[in-house]
Amino acid sequence: MSLKNYTLFLADTSLILGQRLGEWCGHGPVLEQDIALTNIALDYVGRARLLYQYVSELDANGKSEDNYAMMREEREFKNLLLVEHPNIDFGFTVARQFLIDAFFVPYLEELSKSKNERLSHIADKALKESQYHLRWSSEWMIRLGDGTEESHKRIQSAVNSLWEFSGELFSPVPYEKEMLLEGIAPDVENILTRWNQSVNSVFSEATIIKPKDSWFQKGGKEGVHTEHLGYILSDMQYLQRTYPGQDW
Amino acid sequence: MMDRELKNLEFQSRIDRDEKIEAKDWMPEEYRKTLIRQIGQHAHSEIVGMLPEGNWITRAPSLRRKAILLSKVQDEAGHGLYLYSAAETLGIERDTMIEELHSGKAKYSSIFNYPTISWADMGAIGWLVDGAAIVNQVALCRTSYGPYSRSMVKICKEESFHQRQGFEIMLQLCKGSSEQKAMAQDALNRWWWPSLMMFGPSDKDSPNTAQSMAWRVKRFTNDELRQKFVDMTVPQAEILGITIPDEKLKWNDEKGQYDFGEINWEEFYSVVKGNGPCNKQRIHARKKAHEEGQWVRDAALAHAEKRSKKIA
Amino acid sequence: MKNWPLYEVFIRSKNGLDHKHVGSLHASDPQMAIENARDVYSRRMEGVSIWVVESIHITASDPKETSAFFEPAEDKVYRHPTFYNLPDELEHM
Repeated sequence: MSLKNYTLFLADTSLILGQRLGEWCGHGPVLEQDIALTNIALDYVGRARLLYQYVSELDANGKSEDNYAMMREEREFKNLLLVEHPNIDFGFTVARQFLIDAFFVPYLEELSKSKNERLSHIADKALKESQYHLRWSSEWMIRLGDGTEESHKRIQSAVNSLWEFSGELFSPVPYEKEMLLEGIAPDVENILTRWNQSVNSVFSEATIIKPKDSWFQKGGKEGVHTEHLGYILSDMQYLQRTYPGQDW
Repeated sequence: MMDRELKNLEFQSRIDRDEKIEAKDWMPEEYRKTLIRQIGQHAHSEIVGMLPEGNWITRAPSLRRKAILLSKVQDEAGHGLYLYSAAETLGIERDTMIEELHSGKAKYSSIFNYPTISWADMGAIGWLVDGAAIVNQVALCRTSYGPYSRSMVKICKEESFHQRQGFEIMLQLCKGSSEQKAMAQDALNRWWWPSLMMFGPSDKDSPNTAQSMAWRVKRFTNDELRQKFVDMTVPQAEILGITIPDEKLKWNDEKGQYDFGEINWEEFYSVVKGNGPCNKQRIHARKKAHEEGQWVRDAALAHAEKRSKKIA
Repeated sequence: MKNWPLYEVFIRSKNGLDHKHVGSLHASDPQMAIENARDVYSRRMEGVSIWVVESIHITASDPKETSAFFEPAEDKVYRHPTFYNLPDELEHM
């Protein structure tokens, strides 16, 4: 059960982030970056599919990847709160991406050494994608932070608003702890050190001030979400809910 | 003979020998203008064309479909970019073209002014709209202007999956429940005529065609291409088992092609003039993206300048 | 503010082949140009290496001088191996 929940946490996080990034397609600030954002979205949707397929094998009940994506409710989704945050503007999207990329690069590196072969294999593939994403989001953090007065203000305020969702990355819930004990999930304590290094170095080059750690929002990993998720799901699941049991 | 006339003749004979014209070659001003207009229009169509399909990305019914749709709409951005690049070789900046799109001075394909109101529209667009676009674009691969022709070759190569994925959506719906099949039929009903309109006015009302053909910018007339599309598509509708909404559609044995009904030209011109169901929303969405992106583009440039000063 | 400069993109499709011009794009700096080229021009694994150069740095020959530039090579057929008549018995030369 813990393995399934843990895999769902990874899958849901990927899907919801992919869904959010997909909203940009056709609305990017410049054509070249529209394409770049969609590439990242596609990586995440692809990642989610591999993970749901694994969950489906664990369940061995013949359910497809879409069953997990389209037929579960808010309380069953285990994604991080950070990824359901609305895009707001390019600055928010970049900041959200950077906080998550700086996490995923060391995290996937560790996960690729997991005792669970399937997850290790998926992590291996995902790592290469995230390394590129991190490069993209770090550079944009720096461009926006050390760009114009307006861009600096915007990216700083995005970081300030998103900061309260960053703590959830590093507070393991019971299924994660169990997976850690079994040598399947990485130890987020170690990831935190490396995450801080990336954040400090990019923030300093971007002249962004790191917000003070005060209160961190939590709950996503256990299915207690912000109000945004319900809307994401009602959009995403609309066809499968309206016409249940059909092939598309 | 005047120098200019001589040059024009020389240019025309190059075209007649099927030589490609390259960016820095001498060309008549009208040829340049025609190309800028046509390539620009083509590029804008790709970009505006992202919107009706982008509308369904968050609602795609399966993860596989979501990934396909994302990559398809992304391809359209890529194709717009290839085409803007080709136009830029003629000495116009992308930003100028974008301004012309926003101000309404430049046109784009009217098909994208129709709304996408059901999932089946993703199927119909891929099958019919991309199908029609491919007929047009394959012909343009041999266009006389080198950069345009090379972009078209690349676009045609990439687009071959677009029509197939659309047809696959339709096929899946037609094999599905009665509701799904009705959805597919409804989409065909709404997209059929606008797809035929994509080839532009009938030859007798298309004053620019003759010159464009002479310059080999265009290689076939609007009506020739439209006919080709109809002949190609009717058997596909039969495979799907849905009905093309044209009572006059009939195989003509003598001509070896289909006869079909008259297009509603009043509707065609009215949508071109801006009265289509989504003209305003489409331009509004494009302007919004561009305007809201201004601070991002400015920041990147400001940062690049700061950095080059630091290095210097 | 002004626009992002234009870059020309060259891609090596696989090792052993030359980089080939594939098109252009806009970017605010060379680093971004490389990444944009990756995102725009190699979506289907078209390449293993990318070059970008700002378009204004390319110096091109003038088409008006095409004949002066290239025609003098036309009558120098002796530069091509097929110019020489050699006996058939002679293989591999």
